[in-house]
Amino acid sequence: MALTRLKHMKKTTRSNLITFGIVIVFYLVVEALMAGGLTSSSFEGQLVPICAYVVLAISLNLTVGFLGELSLGHAGFMSVGAFAGVLLWTVLGKTLPAYVALPLAFLAGGLVAGIFGVIVGVPVLRLSGDYLAIVTLAFGEIIKNIINACYLGYDENGLHFSLTDAASMGLAPDGTTLINGAMGITRITKASTFTMGIALVLITLVVILNLIHSRTGRAVMAIRDNEIAAQSVGVDLTRYKLTAFVISAVFAGFAGVLYALNYSSLVARRFDYNTSIQILVFVVLGGMGNIRGSIIAAALLTVLPEMLRGMDDYRMLIYAIVLIVMMIFNQSPQIVAWRKRVAARFTRKKGAPAPQKEVA
Amino acid sequence: MALLEVSNLGIAFGGLQAVSQLDMTIEKGHLYGLIGPNGAGKTTVFNMLTGVYRPTEGNIILDGKDITGKNPEAISKAGIARTFQNIRLFNEMSVLDNVKVGMHNQVPYGLWTGILRLPAYREKEHEMNRKAHALLKIFDLDEQADLKASQLPYGKQRKLEIARALATNPKLLLLDEPAAGMNPNETEELMQTVRSVRDQFGIAILLIEHDMNFVMGICEEIMVLDYGRMIARGDGKAIRNNPKVIAAYLGGD
Ligand SMILES: Nc1ncnc2c1ncn2[C@@H]1O[C@H](COP(=O)(O)OP(=O)(O)O)[C@@H](O)[C@H]1O
Ligand SMILES: [Mg+2]
Repeated sequence: MALTRLKHMKKTTRSNLITFGIVIVFYLVVEALMAGGLTSSSFEGQLVPICAYVVLAISLNLTVGFLGELSLGHAGFMSVGAFAGVLLWTVLGKTLPAYVALPLAFLAGGLVAGIFGVIVGVPVLRLSGDYLAIVTLAFGEIIKNIINACYLGYDENGLHFSLTDAASMGLAPDGTTLINGAMGITRITKASTFTMGIALVLITLVVILNLIHSRTGRAVMAIRDNEIAAQSVGVDLTRYKLTAFVISAVFAGFAGVLYALNYSSLVARRFDYNTSIQILVFVVLGGMGNIRGSIIAAALLTVLPEMLRGMDDYRMLIYAIVLIVMMIFNQSPQIVAWRKRVAARFTRKKGAPAPQKEVA
Repeated sequence: MALLEVSNLGIAFGGLQAVSQLDMTIEKGHLYGLIGPNGAGKTTVFNMLTGVYRPTEGNIILDGKDITGKNPEAISKAGIARTFQNIRLFNEMSVLDNVKVGMHNQVPYGLWTGILRLPAYREKEHEMNRKAHALLKIFDLDEQADLKASQLPYGKQRKLEIARALATNPKLLLLDEPAAGMNPNETEELMQTVRSVRDQFGIAILLIEHDMNFVMGICEEIMVLDYGRMIARGDGKAIRNNPKVIAAYLGGD
């Protein structure tokens, strides 16, 4: 009995350690390549977006893979997080040292995204039925259009805001425009680094993996597998659906801040329906409920289009082929069984006790 | 005072009166059977007792507390657990985790304890693992603790559902056709297990079952439902010889 328990603990712990290992090795290899001058500047430019998309994919997987609810507006949470974080960074970055202002910017992004998560989640997740997809889809589009129409600035009289145009803000001539409608926020002091991105990925991993392997995570997965049964053993459906969904939104907010601080300007258009779908594609291709798969799919599919830039004619063709191969690798029953056999042989070789219950 | 007092319970679905004027008393530590033809309203009674359906009339009193119309989650906390006629397991979760979800309100700890792995996390998880393995052992499932629930054979899935229900530490356990789809050996084994669960845990059990050997073999009192009304109640012998029951359900042989 104690042995089964030990083996069980070991299995998940081992799997989690491999996931952390992949991220850290990736970081070290890329850092070494950069130090040796072996990376192109276009690849280096992709490093922060890769980290942001990895965090987005992991967090969306919490909603889609573990809670089993479809969300089509993850980019919307990324967007509100990005704008909140960048605004705070722009305002505080001038007066506070970066090591104070930056964490505050991230916290603001996560907090605001989380608040929107509550606003969207509370009315929808109380209903049973698949309403979340349609509501998150609408949320993403509405957020985009509202921010596109936002004008915000400040002068010695304080903050000025308008939803029509820049002039109607009534800003003094020496005032500063913060958000300029569809042109968004400009002249951002870039602050994101690859190291910061990896740190955020690791934090995300710790939080989400710990969550999944806890009482809360089990309640969330129980709801996914069977709502009626979950309720019958005393699981509060609304509470746990909301918990998973809001945590998912908070991390999308963090990722939004990381992403936005990698560029000198920020526009709401960037976070549209296509971006939400792209993140969902990472999750589906990496495997629902498979965190490591999300990481690999997000990283690979973010660099790939950039890496293929040289071969214009074949670019989309190769991209499509990679998508299909990944799908087969993750979803085909034969391939999944084959991977399990290989993994079993691999662990046995390393001297671990042979898994005996593979057949059942 | 009885553990469960049901009085004048009824429910209508649109024009269909599925259950009406049902009175039922269940004492602590006893085994009860609920039988009747298909569509008689047996599962509907379970659904009212567990809050899946809200009764349109009548009262349900558990241990002196009125639980009529409460939601399933509250009723689980109040002390009624159940299994389902169509097995409802957490299929993608391990056998062990299925039981641990059953302990959701028995060994609670908060979100942050889990995320930050505070000391209570290890302690509570350890306690849960210990209790869950002990429960699985009763149902001869401890060897399969790490398998996905969906990987279990049918008979074992039914047993896992009972183990999960017991994990909620109920006062009353409702089993909806626990032997359905089992072969005679499995059924015989399940009878022993159900009896020993009642003895070990000292809880009351109410079960729906079509296998008459099973019902007559372990139930001290049997209630017969027909067209949503209770037409008879008594011990096995009385039920077997009741002309109304023979006409409605058992049939003449
Ligand atoms: N949710 C529901 N809506 C409408 N009719 C229902 C519902 N649930 C049960 N019924 C009806 O109630 C009657 C009793 O069903 P049920 O309790 O499942 O019977 P049993 O378990 O005794 O075979 C049936 O006629 C069934 O169609
Ligand atoms: Mg039934």
